[in-house]
Amino acid sequence: MKTKLWTDVAYLARRYPLGVAGAVIMTVFVLAAIFAGTVAPLDPFTTNPKASLAKPSATHLMGADMMGRDVFSRMIHGARISLAVSIGATFIGSGFGAALGLASGYIGGWFDLLIQRAAEVMQSLPLLVMALVITASLGPSLPNTIIAIAIPLIPSVARVVRSNVLSLREMPFVEAAKATGMSEWRIAVVHVLPNTLAPLIVLATAQLGSTILTEASLSFLGLGVPEPWPSWGRMLSESAAEYVRTAPWLVIFPGLAISLVVFGTNLLGDALRDALDPRQRD
Amino acid sequence: MAPVLEVSNLSTVFHTRRGLVRAVQNVSFSVNAGETLAIVGESGCGKTITALSLLRLVPMPPGEIVSGSVKVDGVDLLTLDDAAMRRARGKQIAMIFQEPMTALNPLLTIGRQIAEMAVLHDGLSRKAARDRAVEMLNHVKIPEPERRAREYPHQMSGGMRQRAMIAMALACKPKVLVADEPTTALDVTIQAQILDLIGDLRREFGTAVVLITHDLGVVAETANRVVVMYAGRKVEEAPVGEVFANPKHPYMTGLMSSIPRVASARGLTGVDAAARLTEIPGIVPPLYDLPPGCAFSPRCIRVEDQCRVAVPPFEVKGHDHSAACWRV
Repeated sequence: MKTKLWTDVAYLARRYPLGVAGAVIMTVFVLAAIFAGTVAPLDPFTTNPKASLAKPSATHLMGADMMGRDVFSRMIHGARISLAVSIGATFIGSGFGAALGLASGYIGGWFDLLIQRAAEVMQSLPLLVMALVITASLGPSLPNTIIAIAIPLIPSVARVVRSNVLSLREMPFVEAAKATGMSEWRIAVVHVLPNTLAPLIVLATAQLGSTILTEASLSFLGLGVPEPWPSWGRMLSESAAEYVRTAPWLVIFPGLAISLVVFGTNLLGDALRDALDPRQRD
Repeated sequence: MAPVLEVSNLSTVFHTRRGLVRAVQNVSFSVNAGETLAIVGESGCGKTITALSLLRLVPMPPGEIVSGSVKVDGVDLLTLDDAAMRRARGKQIAMIFQEPMTALNPLLTIGRQIAEMAVLHDGLSRKAARDRAVEMLNHVKIPEPERRAREYPHQMSGGMRQRAMIAMALACKPKVLVADEPTTALDVTIQAQILDLIGDLRREFGTAVVLITHDLGVVAETANRVVVMYAGRKVEEAPVGEVFANPKHPYMTGLMSSIPRVASARGLTGVDAAARLTEIPGIVPPLYDLPPGCAFSPRCIRVEDQCRVAVPPFEVKGHDHSAACWRV
């Protein structure tokens, strides 16, 4: 069993080198987030007036911010917040969205009508405004931020899944499954849902990036994860306007980290989508 | 011997914007264990809706089975509640479809899809169901069944997939198998193999087969009995040899003279061997706009006044041979 697993992994690695690159990037970030306490060379909260806006050096690998806090350490601790928010919100949003989309498309009728109109109402508000209203009513904290960002993701996921389900439920294999005596909900879960995974993965990886930026905007407005906890998004948005000329490292490194995570998840998502489709193997 | 499948006065309609479409009207037939009944007719004459009605798979709404009974071993499927009907599907009455390419889920292995049936109906464990799947693949003469069970549909040819579909349909040894144009999408050489396979399994398991087809060659090779349908009604019924030797309804005569193979294969006397192929003029009338009287009258070469006014009764025209026509 173990050897088979390893030959499978080795095979997939050879087949999807970009996917491996994505997996490596994400693993590094996730490990950094989990072991932030041990990996970070300095305390991310300790201020040091002497080091205010220090350039990158041996002591401050990525420089220091206005209050003299070590940017590298804050980046590593920020990975916790940023990854928790982006991955958490994407999972919750996609999960609820997929369930609603599946039910909406498969059940149809007035239920479908109700869900779709609700989705339209939600989609008529910009993502940020929705998140803002939700987080303002819930209060700033990590779980609340995740919820606030996840909820506005639900309608777009639900719509994509629903449109797929609408065409899938007319497929002959669904009718064939009915002829075998399978119950409707079992057909929906066993036959229909797995066939919607490919577009769902693509959508989810695309949304992961935007969730980090939404979190940044919320934090910038004081509604995200509260100070002094660092998040990449806030590190970026706080310093972007003020320090981009005088201390560009404050902008470059968080920006780079966000880009790398988005890049990594996209590579991983594409490979995952292909690897999960038996038609792409052989 | 009591028939396994007894269909009587089955009527299925569709409520559409163009009005009431009577897709199946008062159709009756019965099939004994181990026998094949063929339902023939052109596209749009109600064959497939009849087949779907047997399993209550007609989409409702807009469809509705308005009358009749479908008895399998004496139990009327039309009176069952939904849960009981689901248990009957696959266990009592199973169906195979025309498109073997799309009738299997592309993301699940063949073995898994067959095993699903055994888990569902016979309460087998995953392991036992897998073994059943391999056994069924062996039954339908798929070589290397253990390996094939782990394959996905796209790795198989059309013929193989249709075999897999048959394996799935027969996994729980249903009493009745409804085959809706099972060979239409396949190569001619594969068609014969699939038909032979269905024939072998029917004898082996004693399954009653309802074969829906528009191919009279297929009928001549496999059926015991033939029901001819036109515009939702049964217009002729007889044992297969009798229908080909002595067709009563002008529609059946027309169908036969438009197909060369049957005439020569059955050594037909009624049709001049040297005669050219003839077609039946016109098309099947739309079911929401049937002519009064006999639905075939606008296309019939033997039409007379009475045909355009009154629907001909379905009555005995010879030994074990019935038809609905004023002129015979």
